Amino acid sequence: MTSTSSSRPVLRRGDRVFAGTAKGAGILIMLILAGVTVFLVVEAAPALTAPAEDIPGGDGLASYIAPLLFGTLLAAVIALALATPLAVAIALFITQYAPRRLAQGLGYVVDLLAAIPSIVYGFWGVFWLAPKMVPFYRWLEDNLGFIPLFAGPTSATGRTMLTAGLVLAIMILPIISAIAREVFRQTPTLHREAALALGATRWEMIRMAVLPYGSSGVIGGAMLGLGRALGETMAIALVLSVSGGITFNLISSGNPSTIAANVALQFPESSGIDVNTLIASGLVLFVITFAVNMGARAIVNRRAEFSGAGS
Amino acid sequence: MTAVVPTRSPTGSRPSGRGSTRRFRRLSRSGMAGCFAAALLVMVVLDQWLGLNVALYVAGTVAVGTALVYGVSRSLEGPRTAKDRLVTCLVYSAFGLAMVPLLSLAYEVIRRGVERLDGQFFTWSLLGVLGEGGGAYHAIMGTLVITALTTLISVPIGLMTAVYLVEYGSGRLKKAITFLVDVMTGIPSIVAGLFAYALFVIFFGPGVRLGIAGAVALSVLMIPVVVRSAEEVLKLVPNDLREASYALGVPKWRTILKVVIPTAIAGLATGVTLAIARVIGETAPLLVTVGIANATNFDPFDGRMATLPVYAFYQLTQPGVPPEFAIDRAWTAALILIALVMGLNVIARLISRLFAPKPGR
Repeated sequence: MTSTSSSRPVLRRGDRVFAGTAKGAGILIMLILAGVTVFLVVEAAPALTAPAEDIPGGDGLASYIAPLLFGTLLAAVIALALATPLAVAIALFITQYAPRRLAQGLGYVVDLLAAIPSIVYGFWGVFWLAPKMVPFYRWLEDNLGFIPLFAGPTSATGRTMLTAGLVLAIMILPIISAIAREVFRQTPTLHREAALALGATRWEMIRMAVLPYGSSGVIGGAMLGLGRALGETMAIALVLSVSGGITFNLISSGNPSTIAANVALQFPESSGIDVNTLIASGLVLFVITFAVNMGARAIVNRRAEFSGAGS
Repeated sequence: MTAVVPTRSPTGSRPSGRGSTRRFRRLSRSGMAGCFAAALLVMVVLDQWLGLNVALYVAGTVAVGTALVYGVSRSLEGPRTAKDRLVTCLVYSAFGLAMVPLLSLAYEVIRRGVERLDGQFFTWSLLGVLGEGGGAYHAIMGTLVITALTTLISVPIGLMTAVYLVEYGSGRLKKAITFLVDVMTGIPSIVAGLFAYALFVIFFGPGVRLGIAGAVALSVLMIPVVVRSAEEVLKLVPNDLREASYALGVPKWRTILKVVIPTAIAGLATGVTLAIARVIGETAPLLVTVGIANATNFDPFDGRMATLPVYAFYQLTQPGVPPEFAIDRAWTAALILIALVMGLNVIARLISRLFAPKPGR
C-alpha cells in the first residue's frame, strides 16, 4: 500500500526482520488451516480403515455418520428457513423504518444476541423455550398431523428438532441481519429517491430499489448463517433429546443428533477407535462448513467488489 | 408506529381540505392506534371463551390489529398504501419478535442465577463438595488462565498478520490470506477443539487433557477475529502520517511501531477485547481438550482444568443426586459468563469512545 515508488529502497536489518515476521504470521495462518485438515485426517484415519463392526453401532462409518449428517442438515435448514425472513425484516426495520437516531442503538441490541454464549442459549432452550413449545406442538399434532413433519407423538419435554432449529435460528439471526443491514444501508440514495419521486410508497421503494440491490448480500449472509448453524454445538447438545435415526418428524422425542452435538456429548467418555470415529465425523463437518463458508465469502466478496466499482 | 407515510411529500398532498380539489382520506396515527385497541378488545372477548396465555394474547392482538389496519387502510386509502402499511406492521413485529428471546433469556438467567450469587460461589471450588454449597472458584480461575493464554497466542499472530496485510502484503499471497482468514472465521468451534486434541495426541498420547490444548483450540477461533478487526483499524490510519514519518527518514518498521500502531491503538484494543469476548464463552472446544476437574489447577501444562462454560455444562447435565444444588450452580455460572461477555463488550465500546483519536481538521 505504501512506499512503492522509492527508486532504491535501503533495506535495513530491522525492516527485513519486521517484514519477515509479519509475512511469517500470515503464512502461519495458512499453515494452521492446513494443519487442521492434516491432523484431523491423521486422527480420523484409523476409523476409516477399521472393520465395520468396530465402529459404534456396528455397521461401519458411513451408517454411523449418515443420521448425524442428516440431523445436522435438518436443524440447519429449519434454522435458516426461520431466520432469513426475520433477519431481512429486522434489517429493513433498522435501515429503513426506525428513526435515524435510534437505528444504531437498535442495531447494537440485535448484535447482543450474537454475544450470548451458545451454552446459555442451551440453558434457555431447555428451561424456558422447550416447555413453552409443548402446547403449540400438541396443537400442531392435532390439526396438522397429516403432514409428516408434525406427525407426533408430541414430545412431553419439548426438546425436539423444531425447538433445536428455533434456538439455532435465534443464534444465526444477528449474523444474517448484520450483513443484510450493511448491504441495505449501501443502497444508492439516488435509486431510493428516484423511486419515491415516482410516487412509490415506502414498501414499493424497498421492493424496487433496496431488495434487488441487496439480494446477493442477503444470500451471502444467509450462507454464513448456515455455516454457523451447521457447526453449532452446545445449544443443540443441551436442547435436543436424541434417540433414533433418520426421521422428518419434527415434534416427537425421537430425533437424530447432529455431528457437533454428538461429538460434544460422546467425546469425553470415549476412548480408542470411538475417538477416531468422532474425529472422522468432525472432519466431515469441517469439510461441509468449509465449503459453505467459501461459497458464502465468494458471494459476499464479489458483491463488495461490484458495489465498490459501481457506486 | 411512525408518521403516516412520511416519505411522501410532507405538505403537498396533505389532505387539509383547503386547496385540494380531490378529497383524499388518510388513516391518522390515532386511527392506527384505534385499530390495535380494537384488536385488543377482540382478544379480551376471545379470552373469556378460550382462556389465552400471554404469548397468544400479544400475538393475537398484533395479528388482528395488523389485519384491521390493512382493511381500514384499503377501504380509505387504496390497495397500494394498504400494502405499505401492512409491511410496516410486519417489519415492526419482526423486530419485536426478535426481542422476545433476548429479554426472556436475560430475565431467566438473572432470576435463576442470583440464587447462588454469593461469596462462597467465588471462593470455593467443588473439591469434596456433595450437594449443597460449593462454588466455581476453580472454574473461574481456569477460564482466566486459558483465556489469558489464548490472548497471548492470538494477539501477536493476529496483529502481525494484519500488519502484513495492510502494510506489506500484495498480490496473490495477500488475497489468499485474506480469503482464508474469512473462511477461518467460520470454522465450527467443535472442529477447532478436535484439531487441538488431534495435535496434542501426537505428543502426549490418547486421552490427553491439557489447558494449553484448550488455549490452542480457542486461538484457532480467536486469531481470525483479531486479524479482521486489526486490519480494519490499521486501514483507517491516514497515509499522511506514514509519509510524514518516511520523509523524516524513519525506517518502515519503526514507522509501523511508533506511528501506525500508536495511532490505531484504541481500535486495536477494542478489537482484541471483542475477540476475547467471542472466545470466553466457548464451551465445545474446551469440553474435548481440557475436560473438567473439581479441584483448582493453575497449571495449563498439567492435566485437566475446570472452565466456567464446561463447569456450567456438567453441573446442569450431571447434577448428582439432589440435583437442585448443582443446577443452581450451573445457572449462576451462566450468569457470570453472560456478565463477563457483556462486560467485555461494554469495555470495548468505552475504549473506542474514550481513546479514539479526535479527527484533526
